[in-house]
Formats: sequence, structure tokens, C-alpha cells
Amino acid sequence: MPDPLSKRAALATPPSLARKIRGLSDRTIAWIFIAPTIFLLLAVNIFPLIWTIRLSLTNFRTNRPNNAVEFVGIENYRKILTDSDTWTSLQATAHFLIWTIVLQVLIGFTLAYLINKKFRGNDMWTTLIVLPMMLSPAVVGNFWTFLYQPQIGLFNYFISFLTGTDPASFSMIGEVPLAPWAIVIVDTWMWTPFVMLICLAGLRSIPSSIYEAAECDRASKWRQFWTITLPMALPFLMLAVLFRGIENFKMFDLVVQLTGGGPGATTQLTSIDLKREAFEKWRTGYASAYAVILFVTVFGLASIYVKALNKVKDR
Amino acid sequence: MSFSITEPSNRQKWIAGVLVIAYALITLMPLAWIIATGFKTPADAIAYPPKVIFEPSVEGYVNLFTSRSRVTPEDLAALPPPETFYDEIVRQYDMVITGPSKYGERFLNSIIIGFGSTFLSVFLGTIAAYAFSRFKVPLKDDLLFFILSTRMMPPIAVAIPIFLMYRQLGLSDTHLGMILLYTAVNLSLSVWLLKGFIDEIPIEYEEAALIDGYTRFQAFYKVVLPQAATGIASTAIFCLIFAWNEYAFAVLLTSGTAQTAPPFIPTIIGAGGKDWPAVAAGATLFLVPIMVFTILLRKHLLRGITFGAVRK
Repeated sequence: MPDPLSKRAALATPPSLARKIRGLSDRTIAWIFIAPTIFLLLAVNIFPLIWTIRLSLTNFRTNRPNNAVEFVGIENYRKILTDSDTWTSLQATAHFLIWTIVLQVLIGFTLAYLINKKFRGNDMWTTLIVLPMMLSPAVVGNFWTFLYQPQIGLFNYFISFLTGTDPASFSMIGEVPLAPWAIVIVDTWMWTPFVMLICLAGLRSIPSSIYEAAECDRASKWRQFWTITLPMALPFLMLAVLFRGIENFKMFDLVVQLTGGGPGATTQLTSIDLKREAFEKWRTGYASAYAVILFVTVFGLASIYVKALNKVKDR
Repeated sequence: MSFSITEPSNRQKWIAGVLVIAYALITLMPLAWIIATGFKTPADAIAYPPKVIFEPSVEGYVNLFTSRSRVTPEDLAALPPPETFYDEIVRQYDMVITGPSKYGERFLNSIIIGFGSTFLSVFLGTIAAYAFSRFKVPLKDDLLFFILSTRMMPPIAVAIPIFLMYRQLGLSDTHLGMILLYTAVNLSLSVWLLKGFIDEIPIEYEEAALIDGYTRFQAFYKVVLPQAATGIASTAIFCLIFAWNEYAFAVLLTSGTAQTAPPFIPTIIGAGGKDWPAVAAGATLFLVPIMVFTILLRKHLLRGITFGAVRK
């Protein structure tokens, strides 16, 4: 026999109802708070993406709006993948990607390792090293063309000072064999600090007790580096590689200002090639297909990489 | 300080310090060169060997802020004597000032668009991050991943439809258009960074406030906001730096009214080819505020970079 008093008490303060009202209002607030963000991202990212996919199946040209727009199926995709220019750009991008990542990881990790020795004033010097990555790539890239001038450029002067070659004898951005390295050098100069900061975070996350234990076991410094430091900093290093990889696959501003893709097409990275197709030749449909291919490539490569990264993390 | 067997020896510290400082000095040289070139005369700027010691001149700055035209020596002689120091500098080259250059406007555009989009992305980012942090949102992880993934898109890839869309809506080359665009680009970073900061604030504070009779909104702006202030400030700096430095969208979507400084500075030219002191002066004024910012706010900034990266 249920107690009538407790029954009445339950009716007076129905907990489920109270929670419901409060939960409902929370939910409303949640949607009010999230909706503008989602709306803006849909409008500026997803809607354009869908539009790009649609355009990529047509022969639309922005500079000829009166031409009939025809549905051409996967014709644009076929053309891009069989065009040798595309592969030239992809090669230039691959060269740029691989070398910037290799150099930035090597220099960035070394710097982080040295800074982690905690010499006096390391905070201040870290901040100064970080300065280049905070600045506008277009403005800085443009000024680097001045540093790269034969004869009068500071970079050429510096190289001639170190090696004794005539500073007027080479042009970093004007010569086919040198230009791909010119963009690698500036990107490395600019973004090594980023890799350094992430490596530093990784090194600082290693508890010192592990090193103390290793010291007690008389493990050499060399051994400690290979069995403790490197494996424990590896997930951070891989993360830095992921970010630099995505960013440099999209690279546009720095290189377009430095070389404009030249000489010839030696530094014409995919983004620059895409910009030419879309906004100089105005082949909108073709360029849209190109954009879709690039996006799928970045997304695909990044997903595979993240899987590998998670495996390393879980180890 | 207590002795620790893992503390690097003084010799190690010394070597590490020397190497890091050497790297820093080399890496700062291009920046020092930008600032120095701004104070050179055009002749000094292209001298060989590069001049480290030179007589400072404000010619670059005068050329940056004015537009000039060439006059014949006879016309120049017929003019009344120069009234200002900048008139005098310009007349040495048989030129007269015809009016201000566009640099001032472009710089102002950078300020308006930079601060406008920073305010919007931090505002929207804060409330969205709060909702993601505190409420049960259906498909939360998917939504958060969606927000993050928008950052992977190459700007040039979305630029085509945005270009067409903006033309239809009359948003091309407007401040509003650029503010909305930069806000959208920054939102993913802003939501993720801020969610991290708000997650760190103990939920008990708000619960206490709610029990004391605060509404959700009151608890949000009287309890959560003050505690997240540092996080909001460092997020704001990141958004501002991005919007300040952005080039790809700016060069494609603006040409006049709303053009920011990054696409403008490289187009500065002098009478006989590139006027490097003027370009360097323009770059200096544009870059130095960010350098000062970075040095003053280093703690929050450096933490923010790694924090944002490590969380993802």
C-alpha cells in the first residue's frame, strides 16, 4: 500500500518536470548560441563547396556570362588529370612540401631541444625567434624579392660572404634550378618557429622523473635521447608535420609574391595554378573541378595521416 | 635551487644559448633589413655592398604617403619656395606632391576589417564554445569536427563561388563582405580555442550562481565571461593576426574601397621602377605593431599556438 503522503510530495515537486523545463531552456540557449556559427560556416564554406562541385560539372566561364552553360559531366576532371601542367604543378608542390617539412622539422626540433636546456634568457630569445611567423606572408614575401636581388640583395651578399661566389652571379628567384629552393628557404625561415613551439610543448610534457630513472639505470645521454626524448616527442612532431603539410599544400600568398610561380612554371604550386585558371583564364568550370580535386586530396591525405598519428599516440 | 641529476650542466646551457642566439640573430636579419631600408634613400637602398651604416632619411615615408608627379626644372623654379620638409625632399627629384597616396586608406581598411572580424568571430566563438562546453548538443562531436574541417579548405578553392556569390549579393569589395568572410575563416579556430578555455573553468561556479537565482544568461556573463577573459583575449589576438595578414581573399575579392594593406603594399612603385624604401616603410608600419604585440603578449600567444595545436 503506497504512502499517500509521499505520493503527494512527489506530485508537489515533480523532479522530472523541473528538469524538463530547465533542460528545454538550456537547449534553446544552446541552439541560439550555436546557430550563428553554424549558419555562417554553412554560408561561407559548405554552400560554396557544393556550388564548386556543381560548377565543376559544367563549362561555365565567369567572363562569358551570356554563353549557354552546358553540363559536361566529368569532362573537366578528365582534362585536369591528363593535363601535363597539372602534374608539373603537383611536382613543384611535392618538392616544396617535402623539403619545407624536412628542414623545418630538423631545425625546429633542434632549436626546441636547445631551448629546453633552459639557458638564461631562453624566454626572450624564443619570442624573438617566433616573430617571422606572426607577420603577413604576402608583405614579407614581397620584401624577400629585394633580399634575393643579384648584386644588391642582402641574401646574395650573405652567401657570397660565406662562400666567396660573386653576388651578381646568381639570382635565386630568376633561375630555374634555384627558384624552387628560394621558396623553400623563405617558408623555412618563416615557419620553423611554429614547428619549434610544438616540439617545445612536446619536450616539456615529458616528466623529468623518467630521465631521473634513466640516470639511475646509468643510461647514456645518447640512449636517453633515442629511447625517451624522441619517442615521447614523436606525436607532437607528427602533429607539427600535419599542420605544416596542410598549410603548405594550400600555400599561396608567400610564393605568389615571391616568384609568382616563375620562372616558367618551376614554382607554380597547385594553388597558384588554380588561381590562374580561375581568375586569369576565367575557366570557372575547369578551375572548380581542380579545386574539388585539391580538396579531396588534402582531406584524404590528412585523414590517412591522422589515423597513423593516432596509432603512434596510443602506443 | 635544489640539485637535480637531470638539470643540464652549465656548459650545456652555454652552448645551447649561443646556438639559439646565433639562429635568432640570423633569422631576425630580414626583419631588421625591412626597418632599416625604410629609412634609406633610394640610392642607399640599392648600394653595393649593402649599406649597414647610412644617413637616415624619411624619404621612403614621404613617398609612401604621397603621390607625386614630375615637373620640368623651369616649372619647378617658377614655384614658390617649399613650405614643408616633405615638399623640399620631393623637389630634389624634380617632382611636386599632387596629393596623398592610397596607403592611409588601405591601412584604415586593414584596421576596420581586422577589428570588425575579430570582434565578430570572438563573440560568436565564445557563445558557441560555451554551448558546446556546457550543454548537451546533439551530434556535438560531428559538429565540432565539421567546424574544424572548414579550415582545411584551400582559400582559392572556395574563392570561386564566394567571388560569384559576393558579386550577386553586392558584397564584393565591401568592408562588410570581408568582415563576414574573415569571421567565418576564424570561427573554427575561435570555437576550438575558446572551448578549451571554457572547459577549464569549473562548472561548480555556475551551478552555485544558478542556485543563487541567476538565470543562465546572467551566469554566463557574470561568472563565465570574467573567468574566460584571458582565453578570450588570446583568441582575439590570433583572429586579429590572421585577418591582418590575410592576402588570398583580399587580393581576389577587393580592388579599391575595401582593399587591405597586404595586397596594396607590394604594388607600391616609384617613378623609376620599384621604390624599395617606400615599400619597406609601408611594410614597417604594417608589421611593427604585430611584432610589438607578439613581444608584449608572448606568454598568452605562445601558449595559444601550442595549446590550439595540441588539443586538436
